[in-house]
Amino acid sequence: MFETIEYVTENNVAWIRLNRPDKFNAFTEQMNLEITKALKEAEKDGEVRCLVITGNGKAFCSGEDLAGVKQDTDHAEILRKRYNPMVEKLANFEKPVIAAVNGVAAGAGMSLALACDFRILSEKASFIEAFINVGLVPDSGNLFYLPRLVGHAKALELTVMGEKVSAEEAKDLGLATKVIALDQWEEEVSAFAQNLAQKPTKAIGLIKRYLRKSWDADLSEMLENEAYAQRTAGQTVDHAEGVQAFLEKRKPVFKGR
Amino acid sequence: MVNKETIQTWTEDGVGVIQLNRPKVLNALNRRMVTEILQTMEEWDRDDEVSVMIVTGNEKVFAAGADIAEMAEDDSISLELLNQFAEWDRLAWVKKPIIAAVNGYCLGGAFELALSCDLIVAAENAQFGFPEVNLGVMPGAGGTVRLTKLMGRAKALEWLWLGEYMTAKFANENGVVNRVVAPELVFEEAMKLARKIAKQAPLSIRMIKEAVNKSVDHSIYEAMQYERKNFYMLFASEDQKEGMKAFVEKRRPQFKGK
Repeated sequence: MFETIEYVTENNVAWIRLNRPDKFNAFTEQMNLEITKALKEAEKDGEVRCLVITGNGKAFCSGEDLAGVKQDTDHAEILRKRYNPMVEKLANFEKPVIAAVNGVAAGAGMSLALACDFRILSEKASFIEAFINVGLVPDSGNLFYLPRLVGHAKALELTVMGEKVSAEEAKDLGLATKVIALDQWEEEVSAFAQNLAQKPTKAIGLIKRYLRKSWDADLSEMLENEAYAQRTAGQTVDHAEGVQAFLEKRKPVFKGR
Repeated sequence: MVNKETIQTWTEDGVGVIQLNRPKVLNALNRRMVTEILQTMEEWDRDDEVSVMIVTGNEKVFAAGADIAEMAEDDSISLELLNQFAEWDRLAWVKKPIIAAVNGYCLGGAFELALSCDLIVAAENAQFGFPEVNLGVMPGAGGTVRLTKLMGRAKALEWLWLGEYMTAKFANENGVVNRVVAPELVFEEAMKLARKIAKQAPLSIRMIKEAVNKSVDHSIYEAMQYERKNFYMLFASEDQKEGMKAFVEKRRPQFKGK
């Protein structure tokens, strides 16, 4: 069904594996559209309570496949048609999303990782704001997410200098939740995803929605937003289960509803 | 009164609720649905048990538009004879307040239905638009008129010409939508708003609606004459006496709608 990615679901976790390993998983039009389509499926699938995006082979994603860029290419239209819907879909995806960055994440590949909720990095992974090195500016949400993660000054430095950021550096900058040793990679990524998939999914979705709103809201609006969010969360099965488990002094079993 | 095939209705706390109910076709409005909505509203307009009305879809969609299949084979003469939009004129004559509670798509004829209501409560993910232009036609039930009155000529033209969808946020910022709330809570918020209005003096609510509607269609002078008549008329009501007496006595008024 998909050609440039693999999409599988198991144990409440959906996996999108970028699958052009010989091209370091560079984006093509087909890959952008397939990722967006897979995101829609994962969103609709009630069994899915966590999503992992990772790369097959050595790289996570090397960004746009420059082989397809010609002199008369309208870069803005490429973004509007292919990348922006993918980034918007991720931004509105109300389940936890992990970028399991297995190798280099360059250019729009880095943007993809930034648009996820968690970035867990292999010790071999790296980020490169490669756009400047071909005379372009970061896109696909990169200029939105990066300053919010690392601060304005550091965002400017990374995007203008275009130098490689190692996994450890990325962690120090706040770009990574954790760095994982190579021999434990598969196992730890799975465990991280499984843990998220057992949490109250609806509440996580609401946290994502309203944290994002906080970026352009004042305190009064956020207090009101929190009231809305809590009203919604307060009606979930998982909240009832959480309270019940607390009273019975046992571990809650959340259903994601 | 026709049987309700395309809508579900119920009343609670003085609020009459109409739920569009053709989920298999994303609640596409056909002529029967408009007739059923109108008949329900006209009935409730004369029913003391109902103070405020709500029109809503389901959690996924308000309605995706008019039933295209139904009109695909129509011609100018058959439409002129059918005169289906006369029912939309009568919708505008309903005296009691009507709130549209909108989740998801609210397009074409459905957007016109929402604009025919008095207030719109929308979900954050609601989308409004007039895609008629993409089918080689245009809105026919007030879309070009009501949208223009609300957001102004230049903006309305752009949306009507391009047939693109506006977000709830944009609709809110441009005077089309009253409130934007979380998708899960749209109906609840609409009910809260309806209950609040239902507690107000019913005659005031109706006379205010009538005067505001006049102000949209008439010159300032004429509308103000009209407002004044309604103002004088309310002084013939028991509720005016009760409202002012309660104010002086520093207590809550008990309104009866008389």
